[in-house]
Amino acid sequence: MTESVRVRINGGWFLVPEGISVAAALIRSGEDAFRTSVRGERRGPLCGMGICFECRVNARAHVRACQTAVREGMEIRTR
Amino acid sequence: MIAVVGAGPAGMAAALRARECGAEVVVVDDNPAPGGQIWRGVAGQKEVARFRGSGIRVLSGVRVVAGDPVRRELRLDGEGAPGPIRYDKLVIATGARELFLPFPGWTLPGVFGAGGLQAMAKSGMPVKGKSVVIAGTGPLLVAVAASLRERGARVKLVAEQAAAAKVAGFAAAVGRFPAKAARGLGLAWKVAGIPFAAGCWVEAAHGDGRLSRVTLRRGSEVWEEDCDYAGVGYGLRANTELAELMGGPSEDVFVAGTGDVDLSWVEGEIAGFSAAGRLDRAKALEGRRAEARRFAAELDRAFALRDELRGLAVDDTVVCRCEDVVCGRLRGFPSFRAAKLHTRCGMGACQGRVCGPAAGFLLGWGDTGVRPPVFPAEVAALLKTTPDPDGSFPCPTSLPPA
Repeated sequence: MTESVRVRINGGWFLVPEGISVAAALIRSGEDAFRTSVRGERRGPLCGMGICFECRVNARAHVRACQTAVREGMEIRTR
Repeated sequence: MIAVVGAGPAGMAAALRARECGAEVVVVDDNPAPGGQIWRGVAGQKEVARFRGSGIRVLSGVRVVAGDPVRRELRLDGEGAPGPIRYDKLVIATGARELFLPFPGWTLPGVFGAGGLQAMAKSGMPVKGKSVVIAGTGPLLVAVAASLRERGARVKLVAEQAAAAKVAGFAAAVGRFPAKAARGLGLAWKVAGIPFAAGCWVEAAHGDGRLSRVTLRRGSEVWEEDCDYAGVGYGLRANTELAELMGGPSEDVFVAGTGDVDLSWVEGEIAGFSAAGRLDRAKALEGRRAEARRFAAELDRAFALRDELRGLAVDDTVVCRCEDVVCGRLRGFPSFRAAKLHTRCGMGACQGRVCGPAAGFLLGWGDTGVRPPVFPAEVAALLKTTPDPDGSFPCPTSLPPA
């Protein structure tokens, strides 16, 4: 049986399967878009493998949601 | 000590063979777990299980951001990354990424690469009950369709830009490679019933804030398909940045893994044996490598990109997604370097990994070349270095020789 972890996404708590990516957790919570581009467009993941940098989240620079696994109690904020 | 960068098929093969020869091996891998793209999240995959069971030290979630081929030093970044490491031999197995060709609406949330969509699904994005259109080029599209269908997605269409005759020719060629043929048949079985259209591509994506439908073209026929997700990828391009930074292959630096899994694996084995000094064992694999290269050549021939794909991007289609530079602005420049300096195209977080190959195809530009860091990096990762044998440190601003 897969374990679940609790993560906080934009202030709300969600229970997600252990081992999934932060990007997958965000999409499960209803967020298709994680950041706003230079000209104001909402953007979501594109490459799924860490090279396009569209899935950046959190205040700390360049955390790629698609390359980061969820951890218990993780704080996730879209930009 | 042999440092291997990348834990996909090539990296794992290199590490296993080097270790088999008695070398000390350390693997550095950006992904959260070994397997590369093709075996992402597939811990049960036999090669991944073998690698994990080998006890070879892997630094997962760690990237090489800079390096010095003269001092044989790699600078690392990532959570839990150690300070710089010094190697005796280096195997660069950084794999490949998808080629993304810009089209109107490609920046809408819900539009992924083809491999990208598969990677997202493998990493936990739910696709059950979602309608999906897969498009672009190459056998990867069929593999993605199979993978998504297994996960309960409703794959409405696989749109392959190559003409039907080319696809048929490739299928016939696959028959000459027994292992590939067996896999091919297995894949065909898994996607039976999913509409497959050759000579077909996505012209545009539409939606209000996120994808809701795509426009497809096949010859003079144009139509729309509603879809929750689109996976659009135009083949694989090698991640050459680190190899370029380290001055390419040399007596200390070996490069392996260019995209196709079987070729990647044997290239990795050859690199691993070579790095460990067993050139005899490396040479013994050259026949297998030649065979794998023949298959890769068939693939390149069949799935070459058609000219019409250059016309998909219009003036206000974003080409550089990091800096929002549109196609119309880029058309006037003679080179990537000129465009970069004037528009910031290629200066964003992805460092030209997405827009570079796209612009290369659209506008005929070459590369700009690489400078360290090859990934966005924390300053700390760049400042730390290791002392030379005499205890002295190099000048902090020294860069690898041009």
